[in-house]
Amino acid sequence: MSGYLFLIPLLPLLGFVLNFAVGTRLAKPKPFVTAVAWSTVALSLLLSIFAVIEAAGSPGHQIGQVLFSWIPGGMAETVAGPRPFAIDWALRVDPLSSVMLMVVCGVGFLIHVYAAGYMAHDPGYARFFSYLNLFMFSMLTLVMGANYLVLFVGWEGVGLCSYLLIGFWYHKQSAADAGKKAFIVNRVGDAFFLIGLFTLFVNFGSLDFATLTAALAGGHAEAGWDGPLTFAALMLFLGACGKSAQVPLYVWLPDAMEGPTPVSALIHAATMVTAGVYMVARSSALYVLAPDALMVVALVGAFTAIFAASIGLVQTDIKRVLAYSTVSQLGYMFLACGVGAFSAGVFHLGTHAFFKALLFLCAGSVIHAMSGEQELPKMGGLRKKLPWTHATMLIGCIAIAGIPPLAGFFSKDEILWLAFSHGGYGQLVWAVGLVTAGMTAFYMFRLYHLTFSGSFRGTHEQEHHLHESPKVMTIPLALLAVGAVTAGLLGIPAALGGSNWIEHFLHPAIASLGGHGAAAGHDGGHGTELLLMGVSIAVAAAGIGLAWMLYGSADLSRAEGLAKTFAPAHRLLLNKYWVDELYGALFVRGVALGGGHALHGTDKLFVDGGGGEVKPGLGVNGLAWFTRDVISKLSNLWDRYVVDGLVNLTGHAFDNGSYYARHLQNGFVQHYILYSAMGVLLLVGLTRLATY
Amino acid sequence: MDFLRENLLSIITFWPLLGAAVLLLPPFKDAVRARAAANFFGVTGFLVSLPLWFWFDRGADGFQFVERHEWIPSLGISYHFGIDGVSALLILLTTLLGMIGIYCSWSAITDRVRSYYVFLLLLQVGMIGVFCALDLILFYVFWEVMLVPMYFLIGIWGGENRLYAAIKFFLYTLVGSVVMLLGILALYFRSRLLPGFEQTGTFDLTKWLEMGVPADLQIWVFLAFFLGFAIKVPMFPFHTWLPDAHTQAPTAGSVILAGVLLKMGTYGFVRFSLPLLPYATLQFVPLMATLSIIGIVYAALVTLVQTDMKKLVAYSSVSHLGFVMLGMFALNPVGLSGSVLQMINHGLSTGGLFLIVGMLYERRHTKEISRFGGLAKVMPIYATLTLILFLASMGLPLLNGFVGEVMILMGAYAANPLWAYFAVSGIVLGAAYLLWLYQRVFWGEITHEENRSLQDINTREIVTLMPLVVLCFWIGVYPKPFLAFLDKPMAQLAERVQPGRFDPTGGPRTAVAQPVPDPPVTPVSDPAVVPDPNR
Repeated sequence: MSGYLFLIPLLPLLGFVLNFAVGTRLAKPKPFVTAVAWSTVALSLLLSIFAVIEAAGSPGHQIGQVLFSWIPGGMAETVAGPRPFAIDWALRVDPLSSVMLMVVCGVGFLIHVYAAGYMAHDPGYARFFSYLNLFMFSMLTLVMGANYLVLFVGWEGVGLCSYLLIGFWYHKQSAADAGKKAFIVNRVGDAFFLIGLFTLFVNFGSLDFATLTAALAGGHAEAGWDGPLTFAALMLFLGACGKSAQVPLYVWLPDAMEGPTPVSALIHAATMVTAGVYMVARSSALYVLAPDALMVVALVGAFTAIFAASIGLVQTDIKRVLAYSTVSQLGYMFLACGVGAFSAGVFHLGTHAFFKALLFLCAGSVIHAMSGEQELPKMGGLRKKLPWTHATMLIGCIAIAGIPPLAGFFSKDEILWLAFSHGGYGQLVWAVGLVTAGMTAFYMFRLYHLTFSGSFRGTHEQEHHLHESPKVMTIPLALLAVGAVTAGLLGIPAALGGSNWIEHFLHPAIASLGGHGAAAGHDGGHGTELLLMGVSIAVAAAGIGLAWMLYGSADLSRAEGLAKTFAPAHRLLLNKYWVDELYGALFVRGVALGGGHALHGTDKLFVDGGGGEVKPGLGVNGLAWFTRDVISKLSNLWDRYVVDGLVNLTGHAFDNGSYYARHLQNGFVQHYILYSAMGVLLLVGLTRLATY
Repeated sequence: MDFLRENLLSIITFWPLLGAAVLLLPPFKDAVRARAAANFFGVTGFLVSLPLWFWFDRGADGFQFVERHEWIPSLGISYHFGIDGVSALLILLTTLLGMIGIYCSWSAITDRVRSYYVFLLLLQVGMIGVFCALDLILFYVFWEVMLVPMYFLIGIWGGENRLYAAIKFFLYTLVGSVVMLLGILALYFRSRLLPGFEQTGTFDLTKWLEMGVPADLQIWVFLAFFLGFAIKVPMFPFHTWLPDAHTQAPTAGSVILAGVLLKMGTYGFVRFSLPLLPYATLQFVPLMATLSIIGIVYAALVTLVQTDMKKLVAYSSVSHLGFVMLGMFALNPVGLSGSVLQMINHGLSTGGLFLIVGMLYERRHTKEISRFGGLAKVMPIYATLTLILFLASMGLPLLNGFVGEVMILMGAYAANPLWAYFAVSGIVLGAAYLLWLYQRVFWGEITHEENRSLQDINTREIVTLMPLVVLCFWIGVYPKPFLAFLDKPMAQLAERVQPGRFDPTGGPRTAVAQPVPDPPVTPVSDPAVVPDPNR
């Protein structure tokens, strides 16, 4: 009974088609478009719940559906002999995709509801919701695909939707630039991802998750950097770096904030950007056999976490702070995967989806109230004016800061503990993660205080317009806040008397690192774990306290003084380490445009030989000139003097010859007889000569 | 029905010739009538080719719909038509784009209407004939027949620098084809060694496939064919005629040029170079792969900096054809099938892109990118269809380009991972140049006042683009019916070039094709020259 699975992604696709083809043409699109968009996503949510329950109760904890043979390609050489490159359009629901389905459909539905309020007055209302539905289709394909290529369809599909939605207000230059940047940077990751897929196919003859997992299971971990598993794992990870905004491909995500805020919440916080984490967790069977690749994942994740958090400390645009926070939290998830704690990474993915979506939607509500203002220095003192937004945002901030018993605490602490107990590089990334946790608490409460505490710093007009958002926006906030408070309860660790339900639930879909690490920690005493928990709570509290000291009142002079004292560092962070400038100079203007101009010049100057005309010189034009003006002139001369000369000579010969010959025809018969006799004599003489 | 079935290829090929002849009748001197008649022959030309889709036996070996008549028996030249899956798909593409090319000229061509359509129809004859011919002289005749109408289409109805472009196109490809003819003749003289052809020799491809060609001759003939085909593709460094020809050609000329004419080169490799010269093919793999990869990256970078839309699309074609060549010289079935599928894909999406540019040119009489911006606001339908074709061209999944690219890259990786490492950069750059173009034309504010009053595309223009858009989705979502045409011939071709390598029962990669033994120079009908056992 899994024949309905295809409907889960298909329904939003139908919604897209309806809203795009019909909705955009309606004079008053709102009721129709809203009904289509909400109902298709709601139905997908219901079917997903159904599928998740069914999968949980099925043998092997999964259900699947093969729709049709998609790419029946021909044979290709693989390590094990020739194999057909045959890809089915196949869907699957297992514990890992179940978690993703719930996050995507659940958070996705709430954001659809919220967006109806947020985008109510936008002339592109129908277009917006059609893109949003298209995104749901792609994202659901991504998480339900039963092989890497169907996953890749969703992977590129969400990239397209991201492009369209970042550039939704396409008349703005900055939005158009950001959309294009997002797509192209993602494509860089995708190129590596494809290489990873090919490596897997050539080594295992399949791209199907189940087949690959079976082939990998029980294999030996690869030692050294040059093995195919490590290579494939690294290539896939580079793909994940693009989609999930990790160093060095994170640069597109902060710019992506040009899109409408519901888009930032749904795509650039809760769902799409977590696709990389999902994919790495999905490939856990591969990663556990490639410990070197795993270490790279952990180190890149940890570095990204602290790097992005440091930028987030000083940003002044409310959405950019949240964007860098997202990059940082995604780094956390990769950090988890990198120490083999895939379940903890996915757990954090889930809790993060709730509190970060909540934070973005709250930010959207603030921006809505501030008539589009996004600069934190212009806000302040909004607590009274926006009570719902204030309350829910506070919950979101506490959750992300890692204060128990809110969601972020459990998932973050699980990651830190598993990193610590992993040993080796795990303790390094644990330390980095801990510092990052403190920074996170600081910048989130900085954001909170700058928005809600102190006194209002904007214009009178803005102050006059301040208003709490409508119910259609605040109810989703409340529901997400409930999620941000309770989602962590799914993973209460054994040390606190819980059962860590989420890890047990995910277990059938996730491969675990053999030997030391996670398991060992769980069996031993909980003393260390509880101690570390205390340390991380203390660090978070310190971060919150510092933020309160600096930004908690109307007087911001202490913060300004601090920025002055450390002016160079402040500038470095404010300018985001000038990475965008560096990439721009190096890759965009250097390699791409510089290379393009240079090669175009080569084409014109050397291949063609310059100018759009036939002329002497090198290259094609020179050759043409040589043919036309030299060879043809030479042959003209040849024709005139040699060929024509011969012709004329012949003509002259006959002309003059006949002049003399005509004397023979003089009409005297006796002369004719004489000639005849001479001729006969000549012939006889010649015959005589010949016979000798 | 039997008559149709037995002479199907001749009917498809010469139907446009009939059209051209009819157009020359006095009543069609009138532009309106000529236009109507040309469109009639365009549409019916496509319809008569449709039986190929239904009647072609996708599981059968060898050539189908074969027609064979004596032509010049004393020289072993015959009128020999026949197709396999590759030619079947390319013929369908040709008749489709031919129909669209005629239809899209509806309002664009107002000068010398009748002769314009006559040339288009004649071009059609040449192109279809090339895909049908199994006799090399017949092939060569059609090959040259194509050149002339194209020369006039560019030279008469082209842009400002049309004469330079036309002559460059004509001479460049003529040089190539003359050298190719030398290669054909070399094989012809070799064919006198075939039993039964001692006196006349033969130009029959099916016979040539049975004769062994000595290694050194293979090398020379491969080089001769290479020049002819590589110029046509065009491969780096023979590509510079293409941007010029495209920028100057009228829209329909560009559509046909990109959609079909470029496929002549790639088709030539698949049909002749690979199966006839397997030993040389293997020897030249490094060179071919290198040139293909240079083509992909080089042309993509040059595309990035173009300021003229048509030139941009033209350079992107060079890059895309690099993918086609790379997949082909991966020499495995997946790469070969992907390569041929990508020929079709490129015809659809790039053909569509030239239509797109043409529509804008008709409105604004410029192709300079900087003259546009913000068009999404005034031309929403046009913007949407353009985006779909752009995405198809850059290989987004669920559109046709992805299926072809992923098969090609898979094949390339399986043959030599290094090729794939370099070639994937093409898909990054592909996204870059197309999205940047899209941004500059459609996004942002309207900066030129004259663009504010642009009309969105009309029903006729939508109808022109629709078949291409539908096919882009079809091949992207469900390519199986198309790939079914290619499975058999490509598996056989791969087997022919590298025998035993793709036998699924065989073990790991071991088999390396042996060069065809070089038979000693022997008198006619030496028993040493046996039919190729691989056939």
